Order: sequence, then structure tokens, then C-alpha cells
Amino acid sequence: MTFLIQQTLIYAVPLLIVALAGVFAERSGIINLALEGIMIFGAFVGVYFINIVQRNHLFTMKQGQLLVVITMLVAAAFGALFSLLLSFAAINLKADQTIGGTALNMLAPAIVLFAINVIAQQNVLGMAEGDSGSWFMLKKTDFGFDRTADLGFFGNTFLHRVYISTYICIALFIILSIILYKTKFGLRLRACGENPQAADSLGINVYKMRYIGTTISGALAGLGGFVYALTTANCSSTGDVAGFGFLALAVMIFGNWKPLNIALASFLFGLFKCLAAAYASIDINGDGVYTLAQINISPNFYRLLPYLITLIVLAFTSKSSRAPKAEGIPYDKGSR
Amino acid sequence: MNKKESPLKRLWNKDGTKSIVSSLISILIGMVVGGIIVLIVGLTNDTISVKGAFEGIKLIFFGILSTGRDAAGNLTFGFSPVNLGNMLFRATPIILTGLSVAVAFKTGLFNIGASGQYLMGTAATLYLALTIPTSSVPAWLVWIIAFAGGIIAGALWGAIPGLLKAHLNINEVLACIMTNWIAANLVTWFFESSPLRNSMDYGKTGYIQKTTANAVSTAKLGLDRIFPGSQVNAGILIAILLAVLIYILMSKTTLGFELKACGSNRHAAKYAGIKDKKSIVLSMAIAGALSGAAASLYYLSGNTEFFWSTYQSLPAEGFNGIPVALLAYNNPIGVIFSGCFMSMLNIAGQQLKTLTAYNEYITDIIIAAIVYLSAFSLFIKMIINGRKKRKKEEVPVPTADSDIGDDGAGIKPAEDQEGKENS
Repeated sequence: MTFLIQQTLIYAVPLLIVALAGVFAERSGIINLALEGIMIFGAFVGVYFINIVQRNHLFTMKQGQLLVVITMLVAAAFGALFSLLLSFAAINLKADQTIGGTALNMLAPAIVLFAINVIAQQNVLGMAEGDSGSWFMLKKTDFGFDRTADLGFFGNTFLHRVYISTYICIALFIILSIILYKTKFGLRLRACGENPQAADSLGINVYKMRYIGTTISGALAGLGGFVYALTTANCSSTGDVAGFGFLALAVMIFGNWKPLNIALASFLFGLFKCLAAAYASIDINGDGVYTLAQINISPNFYRLLPYLITLIVLAFTSKSSRAPKAEGIPYDKGSR
Repeated sequence: MNKKESPLKRLWNKDGTKSIVSSLISILIGMVVGGIIVLIVGLTNDTISVKGAFEGIKLIFFGILSTGRDAAGNLTFGFSPVNLGNMLFRATPIILTGLSVAVAFKTGLFNIGASGQYLMGTAATLYLALTIPTSSVPAWLVWIIAFAGGIIAGALWGAIPGLLKAHLNINEVLACIMTNWIAANLVTWFFESSPLRNSMDYGKTGYIQKTTANAVSTAKLGLDRIFPGSQVNAGILIAILLAVLIYILMSKTTLGFELKACGSNRHAAKYAGIKDKKSIVLSMAIAGALSGAAASLYYLSGNTEFFWSTYQSLPAEGFNGIPVALLAYNNPIGVIFSGCFMSMLNIAGQQLKTLTAYNEYITDIIIAAIVYLSAFSLFIKMIINGRKKRKKEEVPVPTADSDIGDDGAGIKPAEDQEGKENS
């Protein structure tokens, strides 16, 4: 059970934070189809940053947690920078947002693979030394417990062999959700996605708000991309995040653009992703029998499950879904 | 004086001309971006000399004419039948996936699912071409059955997002992306323990057998004599034929008109008595059929192998259909040329990889830059228009009007040039 929860969290957290990224963009009126691309870019920037830091011996293994936090900031900053390409096209040039997003989705893996090949002469960039587990994973010894101490179920699940990024992301999710739904700024941002003309007439700068929304979105997606690479890919970048950005979009729609629903949806999807990745080593009731492995269904079935479930879930929810009204429509001061 | 200028001016004033000019501008900017990146990387990277950087730029622009290096180590350029033939060979699937995306765009849908349809077409084609024994059925018939099978598989797979969009109002972009990954896993699952895996050559099992193992391959029709040493075959002719057929279907028939009408305004079309749901499903099925045909022609060539364990990656041909369609402004005839251009870039990328310290991903960057520019091709066209107007009448550049994305669906096809020309 501990294993199942930890694995689910690992997949759920990037989905959670990237789905929130989608919410910020769409609530301000911009469809951010580029989440996948920004994740890929953020993952690369984060991994490359760690690689450089390690090669120059700026941090030791003991300072791993500090390095994770700094790298998260760096990945977020570059994600935000990358998303400016989308905001510029969508807001200033009134471009088609879907095509603009698709362009970014194609650009990110191209740039990343080009760079990785120039840097490492191969298709994957990893850490310069050590691995993600030994450098960045929190273990019970980090909290002053003895190596042999038994912390009970909660301790074992949430304090041993976990990443600090998981908790930072969850905290960030809560804080940003409150900002979006309980503050004046959040109300203004959401107004731009529902009725930009009305918002403008009340003195809100729609262009500025949309820039802010998309930039926050880019920062979160870049951050999510790095967290994905750190926790699921052993801190390596391959120019791919296996469709996670698109799954996050589905989570967002399934969650009806509302934080609590999104949180639930991302844990559901995390569970399915976890099944796909580790179905053979999941011991559900702890009796030493690996039930799913014994059923002997092809791993491909578990791998396609998250996508199939997404479609089925969308089929049931999309009739009642409430997308922001003005999303995808370039705002033009002249029209009404 | 006015009379003398008028034919040129009339040509310039045509919408089609402006589309071509703005596409050419996109291409030029895209290639310049690629060149700048090559230059920057070359100047900042110790392992690449300044000469190497300029060689990289040369190859980006003229890679198709590259004939390798001479004895002194300098790049040589000239007519290369191998490169041109391979360009046509690789253009075949891209033209068809480009058509697939273009047809969907024309009917108001964004078919980002070409990759999945392509994979389903691949699986069906390979299965049929390799399992129907050529000892009892003539090879040409097997070829036709396999080709038809690929088309049908693609059409069925393409119809799924169409059905979901028409009846359940699911955004086709999301549905297409999900069906892409489902297809990738299904195809891997299908071939996982298949006897069709190639175990004859050195026991490697990563690939499916070539269709020549069952003596099935596309006829060359003498094209191999025009371009000796290349992989070209009659597939390119079939692709061009299909492009012409789609052009006729979309702009000369009632069905094409109905599909387009439904794309530009679903509710108005419904009011006019067009079955909107049927139209959406049908245009996605046509788009899927074209992607399936792309895969069929590519793998029936007999000299291509399919890497079956594809659950982690989607075929690039599917995504490259997007820039092909955008550059051609969704004109089926234009798709032939933009498809050839894309595969030319592809060849240039390969030359870059084999001849310099750079890698082929630079072409992906160029392609992405072109898609990015296509997103605001309206804006580029407006500048072309605006400059002309200012010259003539000294009026200020008009600001962008909101004729894109006005139905709130967020996904609108690029402008329908051809419809305007024909009306």
C-alpha cells in the first residue's frame, strides 16, 4: 500500500501542477495547448542546470534538497520565458491559439533534442554524477531517525523515500488556487476569460491579465516538467514527457476548471499511470501475491488504460463541462 | 501605363498569390532561424569551427543539392538523383498526412490524430501484405487489398474522434491525442508476439518484416531509372492523384461543399438542411483514410521496416502533416508542393547529420518555426496588404480585425482560400 500511494503521488503531482497551469491560462482566456511542449522544455532546463552544477561541483550531495528547490525555480523561470512565445502570438498578433500551441509542442522537443545531441552526443541527457534517488530523495535518516527505525504507516509513506518537490507542488497548488478564487486579482483574471469586454470597461487591462495568466501557466508547466523528469525519469531529459501535458489538459477538463475536482482527477489519473508503470510489482493487500502480474495481461493494456479512461471520462463529463466563455478568442479592443 | 501593369497587378491582387507569398516568407524566416541557431551553436561550441558553422548554414539552404565532400574535405554541390528520388519517396507519406490535416481544417476540425491513424494503417497494411499468401493470390491483388486495408483502418480510427465530437461534444484535439496514444499501444500489443516480426535477418526482432518477404512491393514504373540509386516508386504518383481527387471532391462536388459549409458554421449548415453530425464524422473518416493511405504507401514500398515497439513514440509523419497543410493554406494541390518542401528539409537534415557536427533535429526546429509563423499567417498577409495599401492611398495599416476564432470553439481552420477563388 505504501508503495502504491508513493507511486501514485509521483505521477499525480506533475499532473496536478500542470493541470493548474492549464487553468491559469484558460481562465485568462488563452488556450494553452503548449503545456506538453513547455513541460519538455522545463524538464530539459532543469536537468541541464543540475548537470552543469554537478560538473562544476557547486553543490554536494548533502545539499541536494536545496539544489532541487533552486532548480525548480530555474525550470519555472525558463518555462515562463518559453510561454511568452505563445502569449506574444496569441495576444499581440491574435494568432490561432491551437496552432500556436502546436507549434510550441513541436518546437520544444526539436530544440531539446538538438541541444542534447550537441551537448551529450546522444539522445538523452542525465545527471553528471550519481542518480536522482541518492541525491534528491528524502529518507528517514534525513529527519534524524535511525536507519532501522519503523515509522509506522504514515511515516513510511510520507517521510521515507519521497521527494521534497511533491510537497512544494501540493503547497503551491493550494496557495495558487486560493489566489485564483479568493482574491481580487484572481477575480479579475477570471473575468478576462469570461467576458473580456466587460472586464475592459471596468478598467482591467485584458492584455496584461492574459499575459500574466499565460506566464504563470508557463512557469507552472516548466516546473511540472522538471518534477516529472526528477521523479519518474531519474532526472534525465529525452525530449519527451509521454503525453503528460495532454493528460493534464484532460484532467483540467475533467475537473471542470475547478481546483478541488482537478486534485481528485489528477490522483485518479496518477493511480492509472502508476498501474501502467508498476502493475507487476503492486501487492495490493500485502499478502505477497502480485495479483495483477498473475492475471498476465499484456503491459500494453495497462499503458493504454489512462488514455482510454480519459476518453470515457470526457464522454461522460463534456456535456456538462463549463469552459471559460471567452477562451480561444483573441481579444480585440475594437470589437464588441 | 495602367494597362501595361494590369496583368501583374491582377496576379498580385489574387488571394492565392498572397497566400503563396506569405508562405514563402514563413519558410524563409524559418530557415533563417535555423541558420542563426546553427551559427550561434557553432560560435559558442569549441568543437565546431567557424567554417563548420557556415557549412551547416549552406546545407540548411542547399542540402538537397549536396553530393558529399571532395578529397580536400570541402562540401560539394550538384544535381543528385539519389537525393531528389529520396525526396519524392519521403514526400509521399507527408503529402498524404498533409492532405489529411488539410481536409479536416477545411471542414473546421483540427486533425492532430494523423499519427494514430497512420499507425493503424501501418498495422493493417503490414498484416494483410504479409499474411495473404502470394503463392495462391497474385501479388498485385495482395498489394491492392493491403492498400485498401490501410485506408479502411485509418478511416475507422479517424472516425472515432469524429463520432466523439459530433455526438458527445468532445474537443477533437484532445480526442485525437488520446486516440494517438491508444493506437500506439494497440499496435505494439498487436505485434508483440506476432510471427510477422523479422527474425530472419540476424535474429533482430525490433522490426516487422519488409513486405518484399511476401513478394509484395509498389511498382517502380521506371522512376528508378530517372533517379537511379534512390528509393522512389510509383507511390508518389498515387499521392499526387489522391491530392487531385481531394481537390475535386472538396471544391467541385456537393459533398465537399456540405463538408466545408459545416466547417465554417455548423449551426447555419444545420439550418440549411445539412446533416452536421454526419458531416463531422465523414470528414474525420476521410482525413483518417488519407493518413492510412500514407502509411500503406510508405510500408508497401518494400524497402522500409516498421519498428513495432512504438508505444513510447508517435510517427513524425503524422505531425509533419500539420505544417504541410498550413503552408499550403489547406489547398490540396498546394499540399503536393509543401510536402515536397518538407521532405527536402528532411533530406537537408540528414546531410547535416552525416556531413557536419550538427544533427538532424535542426530541421524539426525549422519546421516548428514555420508552424509558429503559420499561426499568424493572417497577420503576415495583412502586412503584405497593408504595405500595398499605404503605397497606393497613404492610409494607415488597418489593425487586426477579429475574423479568427469568432465562434468560440477556439479551433478554426486557416483561411479557406480556395473556396473564395472558386465562388
